[in-house]
Amino acid sequence: MRKSSLRRSCAALAAGTSLALALTACGGTTKKDVENDGASAASTASANPNAELKKGLTVGFLPKQVNNPYFTSADKGGEAALKELGSKYKEVGPSSATDTAGQVSYVNTLTQQQVNAMAVSAQDPGALCTALKQAMKNDIKVVTYDSDTKPDCRNAFVSQASAEDLGRTEVQLLAEQIGYKGEIAILSAAQTATNQNTWIDFMKDELKDAKYKDIKLVKVAYGNDDAQQSFQQTQGLLQEYPNLKGIISPTTVGIKAAAQYLSGSKYKGKVKLTGLGTPNDMRKYVKNGTVEGFELWDPAKLGDLAARTAVALASGQITGKEGETFKAGDATYTIGKDGVINLGKPTVFTAKNIDQFNF
Amino acid sequence: MTVTTPQQAPPAEVPKAGATRLVDRVFKMRELAILAVFLVMIVVTQIGNSDFLSEQGIKDLLLNATILVLVATGQSLVVITRNVDLSVGSTLGITAFAAGTYLQGGGNPVVAVALAVLLGIGCGLVNGLLVSLGQVPALVVTLGTLYIIRGIDSIWVGSRQITAAGLPDGFIDFGSGGISAVPYLALIAVVVLVATAYYLKHFGSGRELYALGSNPEAARLAGIPVRKRILAAYTFCGALAGLAGAMYLARFGNVDSGTGNGYELTVVSAVVVGGVVFTGGSGSVYGAALGALLLTSINSVLPALGVSSVWVLAINGILLILAIAVDRIVAVRVANALKKRNARHG
Amino acid sequence: MADFSLTRAIRWDTVVGALLIVVLLLSFGTVDGFGNALNLSFLIGNTLPIALIALPMTLLVVSGEIDLSVASTAGLSGSVMGVLWNQGMTIETIIPICLLLGVVCGLVNGLLVTRLGLPSLAVTIGTLAAYRGIAQIVLGSDAVTDFPTQYLDFAAGRIGDTFIPQAFLPFLVLLAIAVVALHATPFGRSVFATGASEEAARFAGIRVKRQKLILFTVTGLMSSLTGIFWALHYASARYDNATGLELSVVAAVLLGGIDFDGGKGTLGGAIAGVFLLGALQNVMSLQDVSAQSQIVVTGVLLVLSVLGPRVARQISVARAGRRAASTPASKAPTPVS
Repeated sequence: MRKSSLRRSCAALAAGTSLALALTACGGTTKKDVENDGASAASTASANPNAELKKGLTVGFLPKQVNNPYFTSADKGGEAALKELGSKYKEVGPSSATDTAGQVSYVNTLTQQQVNAMAVSAQDPGALCTALKQAMKNDIKVVTYDSDTKPDCRNAFVSQASAEDLGRTEVQLLAEQIGYKGEIAILSAAQTATNQNTWIDFMKDELKDAKYKDIKLVKVAYGNDDAQQSFQQTQGLLQEYPNLKGIISPTTVGIKAAAQYLSGSKYKGKVKLTGLGTPNDMRKYVKNGTVEGFELWDPAKLGDLAARTAVALASGQITGKEGETFKAGDATYTIGKDGVINLGKPTVFTAKNIDQFNF
Repeated sequence: MTVTTPQQAPPAEVPKAGATRLVDRVFKMRELAILAVFLVMIVVTQIGNSDFLSEQGIKDLLLNATILVLVATGQSLVVITRNVDLSVGSTLGITAFAAGTYLQGGGNPVVAVALAVLLGIGCGLVNGLLVSLGQVPALVVTLGTLYIIRGIDSIWVGSRQITAAGLPDGFIDFGSGGISAVPYLALIAVVVLVATAYYLKHFGSGRELYALGSNPEAARLAGIPVRKRILAAYTFCGALAGLAGAMYLARFGNVDSGTGNGYELTVVSAVVVGGVVFTGGSGSVYGAALGALLLTSINSVLPALGVSSVWVLAINGILLILAIAVDRIVAVRVANALKKRNARHG
Repeated sequence: MADFSLTRAIRWDTVVGALLIVVLLLSFGTVDGFGNALNLSFLIGNTLPIALIALPMTLLVVSGEIDLSVASTAGLSGSVMGVLWNQGMTIETIIPICLLLGVVCGLVNGLLVTRLGLPSLAVTIGTLAAYRGIAQIVLGSDAVTDFPTQYLDFAAGRIGDTFIPQAFLPFLVLLAIAVVALHATPFGRSVFATGASEEAARFAGIRVKRQKLILFTVTGLMSSLTGIFWALHYASARYDNATGLELSVVAAVLLGGIDFDGGKGTLGGAIAGVFLLGALQNVMSLQDVSAQSQIVVTGVLLVLSVLGPRVARQISVARAGRRAASTPASKAPTPVS
């Protein structure tokens, strides 16, 4: 009797589901219907370049991950800038670089606390959009830095260096180190991170050039900006491709973990490693021969520019439209297409100059 | 008529010895089964990728497993007493950071390791006291201490992190160095493992842990100091978690506020796969160590065979369920066999 | 004795309920930014996933079992939703499929526990990893974020400008069903009986195995519903969505006075525990208390919530023992020969 009632409920469930499926076959919302749903976030107000920079504002920094030294430096740069401008600073953020739901919660918290502006480094280009649009509706200016969202979800994006510059120079660096020949791999962060994917696209494009014809990109691995995962992904790469000649890791967490593994293994010096890293993290590995050269920009300057952009937006000096200019500190910046502001060019660190830096 | 009496004695002894032998045999079979699965996996991988068992490859395999083996050994003692310690991951994180901070300040590596172990003992003591004195379910208590220790660790670490640059070279080299293919860290883990197994088998207090786990009431009535034993088990578990934290520091050279988060589930899986059942009173630390070795090797075997490491989690889960199912079926069979034996000679 | 523990349980429930009201009142008065509609809707919206799963979890724990794989089922259904969406299926088809998936996940757990007799704690730790692993295989490291706006707005939006999220009303309906099922039907009473003593329940004629199977299946269904809600609420379907949610649900349910050994507790207490934790976290965030400190507070509350009743019980048992020792021994029935 038990079996038959179970069977009956299973049959009912199956019937119900097929009925539902049949009904929906007659039509419904698919991905294609949503793609045409775009909305622009251009503010209707016009910029007043001579507007006074407001004081006493509160700007909230929301990096991809707190307790990540790269973001700590960047956000401290923002803090210093805000102090100079007479405004308040606060930092919130998730403790994991792949906790998108957590980052959305923090956008809501900042909206709730009615900050004047927020500077966000987005874990995912689309996930934060609903929350960010809500914030902008509540008159909060949104600046993205380091990693962008879809352009209609923020007012401006402060980019560390031209994405193209970064992608291409990293390939050039590694190619030089491995003699323009061999298999290479990329150790990235999160698969959805906007900045990572933009740089990887430029790297792949650079590799199409004739002078890299003997170099083959065999794999892109993802370490999710987690030290242990990145460590194990490096191990996995070398086990899957024993002839690997070089690794590019455009993430400060990834390159550190890869360097730690390589320097303690038989591959030290034989497999070349480059990417984006901070001088303090990488000093040991440059000195012991694991890494020949890598590059980065000054994260503090990035945070500084993000803060100043936020204040300029909140004061009405700019609205994020292409062509507007504003002064930040000593330099003047022009807003490019889609509200992108470029910080400058990256610096290459080698054994020769690494001791001159302390970040 | 009086001649028959002495004849009764020997048959009465045989079932007891036979029963223990049967149960012993079952345990040994369990560990051999894991060992067999492990060896098969290694052989298949070696065939598929001849570089897999190079000196570097073996060293990597052993090093990856070392930390989990240590923590699983400690956890086994707790699980044998029919409890669990979910806070081991947080303990590992905080002890790794403690050792790292001490070393960065220019300390002696041996003292740093001792510090980590002491901090681990402290955490274990707290858990043990709450479970043994408070008589609260271990699951709930250690869930709470998991949160508390993790929170304290996050607050203490803040946005700092320990990097290899701040640690003495000798310490880091010890972490990845070894005697040809056998890493130093693995040797330490093996010594701890063998010592623990010896203690469990040959010391009265060790065996009492098993009794305590199979039937706490009977153990208490038999005069076993239940609270003391549970406290000891938790303290030992914490100590090993602390030692593992120091090893983590040496191996990875990088500790931040997220270190050790989520590790507890991996440890519990290793222990269960290794045959130490949640109902307590059975299993061996060798089994737990083999379970740890098996689980960590999957992570290396898959990339060597070119299979995406996206399958690791699912495979771990299925292995765990299989292990539990097998243990259950075996336990039922053993119980039936014992019943039949007792019925025959009863 | 049974009466006594029941009184204990009810009292703890009212303590939690009272605490919740106190926290809410205090925050309305003293915490900036708490009392407005937007924040309250955030508070309720963030707590909804935990509340949704706490409903079936309460019944399950009362019956003496536990399911730690709920968060993984949620993640799996979210991942499947993302994958099917990317392949161009209509959202109206996807949601029933994902719900069915949740039913299957719950069934697997239930069958392993009832047919194979495996301990639910260990089994659901295994399915926790297995389901999460399948989610990872299915979706990889992708995140799907472009679901239709109406659904996103429903999951994240409010009713007009009030503090009630649109998704709250369906939750209230489910809450009502759960309360009636547990406290006002024979089925609910049989769940309490099974939790108190499985053997006795079986002898009393309760079909324990069928009951547990139903409970696990419903838990799976609610978990997949939560997974769908999560993906829409945060506009992001990833394989690691809702990771760690099971611990939050367990913590909240325990805080609400549900006894882990089974047979005791009320749904009201569980929900009060869920919203108490949610409100505390919201208030702490507004006061800029770091996430880390919030974690410590959760842990301390958890330990106190189990330590408190036990200590209280031991004190009352000791007191009862002393009272019994001091009264003269009598009432022993005279044997009738």
